[in-house]
Amino acid sequence: MPWLIAAVLLAIMPQIFSNNSALTIMNQMSITIVFALAYNMLLGQGGMLSFGHAVYGGVGGFACMHIMNNSGFFESIPLVILPLFGGLFGMGLALIIGSFSTRSAGTTFAMISLGVGELIAASSLIFVAFFGGEGGISGDRTDALPFFGIEFLQQEQVYYLTAAWVLISAGLMYLWSRTPVGRMANAVRDNPERAEFLGYSARWVRYYSFVASGFFAGVSGGLFAINYEILTEENLNAVSSGIILLVTFLGGVGFFFGPILGAIAFTLLQTVLSLSTELWAFYAGMLFVATVMFFPGGLAGLIMMHLPALRLGKLRLLFIPYLKTLLPAAIGIFGLAALIEMTFHVRHGATGDNEMTLFWTTFDSYSIVPWLVAGAITLVGFGIARVTAPALKDAWNEANTAQRAKS
Amino acid sequence: MDLVLVNLIDGLVFGLLLFMLSSGLTLIFSMMGVLNFAHASFYMLGAYFGYQISVALGFWMALLIAPVIIGVLGAGVERYGLRRVHQYGHVPELIFTFGLALLIEELVQFIWGRNQMPYSVPEVLNFTAFSISGNFIPAYKIFMIFISIGIFLGLLYILTKTRVGMIIQAALSYPRTVEALGHNVPLIFMGVFGVGTALAGVAGVIAGPVLGTFPGMAFVLGAIVFVTIVIGGLGSLWGALVASLLIGWMTTFAKAYTIRFEDILNFIGVSTPENMDDNLFRDFWSLTSPQIADILPYILMVAILIFRPAGLFGKRTK
Repeated sequence: MPWLIAAVLLAIMPQIFSNNSALTIMNQMSITIVFALAYNMLLGQGGMLSFGHAVYGGVGGFACMHIMNNSGFFESIPLVILPLFGGLFGMGLALIIGSFSTRSAGTTFAMISLGVGELIAASSLIFVAFFGGEGGISGDRTDALPFFGIEFLQQEQVYYLTAAWVLISAGLMYLWSRTPVGRMANAVRDNPERAEFLGYSARWVRYYSFVASGFFAGVSGGLFAINYEILTEENLNAVSSGIILLVTFLGGVGFFFGPILGAIAFTLLQTVLSLSTELWAFYAGMLFVATVMFFPGGLAGLIMMHLPALRLGKLRLLFIPYLKTLLPAAIGIFGLAALIEMTFHVRHGATGDNEMTLFWTTFDSYSIVPWLVAGAITLVGFGIARVTAPALKDAWNEANTAQRAKS
Repeated sequence: MDLVLVNLIDGLVFGLLLFMLSSGLTLIFSMMGVLNFAHASFYMLGAYFGYQISVALGFWMALLIAPVIIGVLGAGVERYGLRRVHQYGHVPELIFTFGLALLIEELVQFIWGRNQMPYSVPEVLNFTAFSISGNFIPAYKIFMIFISIGIFLGLLYILTKTRVGMIIQAALSYPRTVEALGHNVPLIFMGVFGVGTALAGVAGVIAGPVLGTFPGMAFVLGAIVFVTIVIGGLGSLWGALVASLLIGWMTTFAKAYTIRFEDILNFIGVSTPENMDDNLFRDFWSLTSPQIADILPYILMVAILIFRPAGLFGKRTK
């Protein structure tokens, strides 16, 4: 059922948001969804923390780019199956790397993934023939065999291609997590020793997950190649690997749909914030650390926390307390953000450029008044949130209790 | 021959610098079982604080004060951050330190901007110590060597000869028993974390003028520090020393002498192909050792992990 809704949603989205920039954002979102789901096969379902997963997506993408440039072969296949080749190349690399990196999970695996990731990212600048050096390599997707007359000239056609691949890969990954191998991956994550006693080789189970994850990462790389028609070292390096970890963790590693939420939220956040502030990476970092410290379940975890209350039919009890606490907290966060932006402006603004615009108001960042206002907003916002927090906690407890004792 | 000596000194300086970072990291690892991804970020903070303090109070005060501040910061991170995340397990801990590293990098860019700081060698040490057949060795390098060796000897003495060191060593292997004997183990952990990060801070203060003080410095060195302790064997102090020196010398020599890959291939009997232009492996043939000097540590690490997963001196594989 959720799959049907997703399919319908994906189909009608371009009708609602039909301008090109929205399509670009949705394409980026879709690619991130596939990549984040592939990453979560390792992190969430297999318990393997990888710091170099961008490499598999990137290599798949580079392979697709070379296929695009090999006109003889490319003209004989429709563009729609190109991501499959990306997946195969990503899987091929995962087959090689996984043969030694999946020997143990935890810190050793993380270190090997970091080392291999760095190694490949660094050699991408050396091996110009395959990776194209600093300029990367580019191609033209329209050279492919027309697919029922569609040549993928328009952004919208590309969107439908990407959306179809998102549905297919998400469905396959979901089915994978229901197979015995997917189930054993969970067992190995939680207690490798016990899984070994049951007769399963923890290493092979990890290896299968790793290879499958490499395949879907490669698919996302192929989709990237189709969308942007260029791949550079940036698709391989540690920054991309770090971002995918961030996306997946923000969404929540404990549930299958977590990374999807993470990809959607992060892409929106990135687009909106990076348009309005230079400091968006700083805020993203703060959000990430706060998530790890206070909500290790991520967004999906937060949503699933409300399931018991929903079952008891008491969710509406939470509504008013939430409003009372979260609204002032949000105002406090805006105040804090204003303080940060003003500090940044004072430190890094051009000399003589004293005016800054923030939240649709323009003022002089060197005078004391805006500082006082922002400080007061911050204090008042957090103050009210602090006062109303106990009430929220009470309401939470009440909403999660089946029968309230009559007093 | 003289050039070999110069390169030996250069490699030693870099290796000992690596060791100052990797020793703290490996101590923290053997204590908490968690690799501190933010370790190199503390090194970067050390350099920035060192710069800021040396502008106000001079280099020597910076060398004294900055590591103390970093140590306190590190202890705070352990107390209020890591200890909280610890209950969720190892992977969230690793992710936490990773997020912290990101955050510190952004914070540094926020406060000091993206450009390199004009942090330079102090006047007192800005002279040539001696020269080897025309190659001048700056006094600052000698100073770095002495500081690093001094810290290493001090660490060794504290860990093996004093009562505090004994308790730390005991707490590393049997935290429960040590706690039962009446020692405050969480406090010891916090202290070791603080000292480890303070060491990274010292490294930052003294390396900042030489390697440059810029927002990317944590990442440049950070990855190599992890490689170092993996090669040396996670949790082994001697392994960290040997691996640090090995990597220091290896990269220095690879950069100093141009060895062409083509010659090696020809030497082992592979002949150069005639038509280079459409050969997919053409970049292999034009490869030289300075080009790959920076990725040599990674190659070494992968090789070590394949043939000896515990590392050179490691006992534990986990």
